[in-house]
Amino acid sequence: MADSPEHLVKSYDAELKRLRGMMLQMGGIVESQLTNAAAAILERNNDAATAAVSDDTKVDALEREIEQFVIRMLALRQPMAADLRQIVSSLKITGDIERIGDYAANVAKRSIVLAQYTLPFPLAGLGHMLSLVQAQLTAIMDALDSDDADKAVEVWRADQAIDAIYNALFRELITYMMEDPRSITPCTHLLFIAKNLERVGDHATNIAETVYYAVKGESLPDTRPKGDTSAYAVVRAKDE
Amino acid sequence: MSTTLTQSTQDNASFGGIQARATSTMNAARIAISNLDFFYGDHRALKGITLDLPDRQVTGMIGPSGCGKSTLLRVLNRMYDLYPGQRSTGQAMMDGMNIIDPGVDLNALRARIGMVFQKPTPFPMTIYENIAFGVKLHEKLSKAEMDERVEWSLTRGALWGEVKDRLHTSAMGLSGGQQQRLCIARTIAVRPEVILFDEPTSALDPISTLKIEELIDELKHDFTIAIVTHNMQQAARCADQVAFFYLGEMVECAPAAQIFTAPKEKRTQEYVTGRFG
Repeated sequence: MADSPEHLVKSYDAELKRLRGMMLQMGGIVESQLTNAAAAILERNNDAATAAVSDDTKVDALEREIEQFVIRMLALRQPMAADLRQIVSSLKITGDIERIGDYAANVAKRSIVLAQYTLPFPLAGLGHMLSLVQAQLTAIMDALDSDDADKAVEVWRADQAIDAIYNALFRELITYMMEDPRSITPCTHLLFIAKNLERVGDHATNIAETVYYAVKGESLPDTRPKGDTSAYAVVRAKDE
Repeated sequence: MSTTLTQSTQDNASFGGIQARATSTMNAARIAISNLDFFYGDHRALKGITLDLPDRQVTGMIGPSGCGKSTLLRVLNRMYDLYPGQRSTGQAMMDGMNIIDPGVDLNALRARIGMVFQKPTPFPMTIYENIAFGVKLHEKLSKAEMDERVEWSLTRGALWGEVKDRLHTSAMGLSGGQQQRLCIARTIAVRPEVILFDEPTSALDPISTLKIEELIDELKHDFTIAIVTHNMQQAARCADQVAFFYLGEMVECAPAAQIFTAPKEKRTQEYVTGRFG
């Protein structure tokens, strides 16, 4: 609670600070994983790809450390109200951050395969999607750092734009595959990459919901504005 | 080549795993307190308290020392009547009777609203007589009826199994936890409607404390209960609704789950998280 007075027991405050610090550290590693994954795809940078993949173990280790720390705090501090919400929320948020790290690592792995192909089309759409997803992740980590419920709501709403690009990419990639079967392998990897990035966006909105709850003590509405319609998309050739 | 896109909307599962909804519903008021003030001389110890004690539910009262929570409890069975210079205004209604009305029959009132104190206060008599003593003040019972009442009270007080073979030995030989359960049994024996607990476990060890808490859980099926406690975890475990008091005011009253996960008032928030001051 950024605006609360200090806790009467100073070591309790120190633990709450440490918990927040570990979450932000985890978020920072995942942000850099995503940056590296973007470089791996857009600049065909193999070193960046390797870094994104290898960072995953650091993220997993931090997740376990946070879990143990949370259980310890619940047992020893018996937190109440805003403290309780923050501590329990940390568990959910680290779960989401860990998944984002997995997706970033997976994107990086696929970039290594992708680098073996010469693509006859530009990756502008994917580049745009990457920058939107990175901006969402940065924004939600800022909201988490500053207990900013309004900023969390902005992130929660902004996911629609990512969904829209994902839908467009989905159609575009299917069209390339229909035009030239030799593009099926790279395009399939690109589809998975786009899907992974779309999922990163969803986990950012999960974090937004949790941050909002931790700060406000109430939930955001049940239905979030959504735009991922690819599950229902059918792309047909003209002569069918 | 052209493309067609068919689409519809979808809904994901919503966030809700850790949402603390105020699920408990409150019964009708057994005692309805409204605009209650209490003065010791010039000192206004309670300021415009409005609070319902819901029927057959537990109301926890928390707050720092001197906040007025014990005073409120004592007003409810007129414990302060003997003190000079005390005065109360407002209402504490029970079945159309205003408890603070000077015309109220105090003996009858205290039979309807019993009280259990911080320190166990057994009378220096046998266990049996401890129970029978209060009953005799209010009812004429035969020996068999009294035996039955003593057994019923001690059973409801979760003590019967431990004392049934030594009913006619001194109550002073019981452990602290047993003495407190005896005091609860003694309170129940006159069949009150409301039981007020004033920090009933602060002198007890953790296991005796849990036994009293379990007993309170049982008793709320038949009695309306108010409990003053300094132990917030105890209020969280026992109470259906919790009222937070500060400097003679009632700051907030809400279902326990709400008070301890997402209180509305900043002062409540700071108190329950230990940031007071």
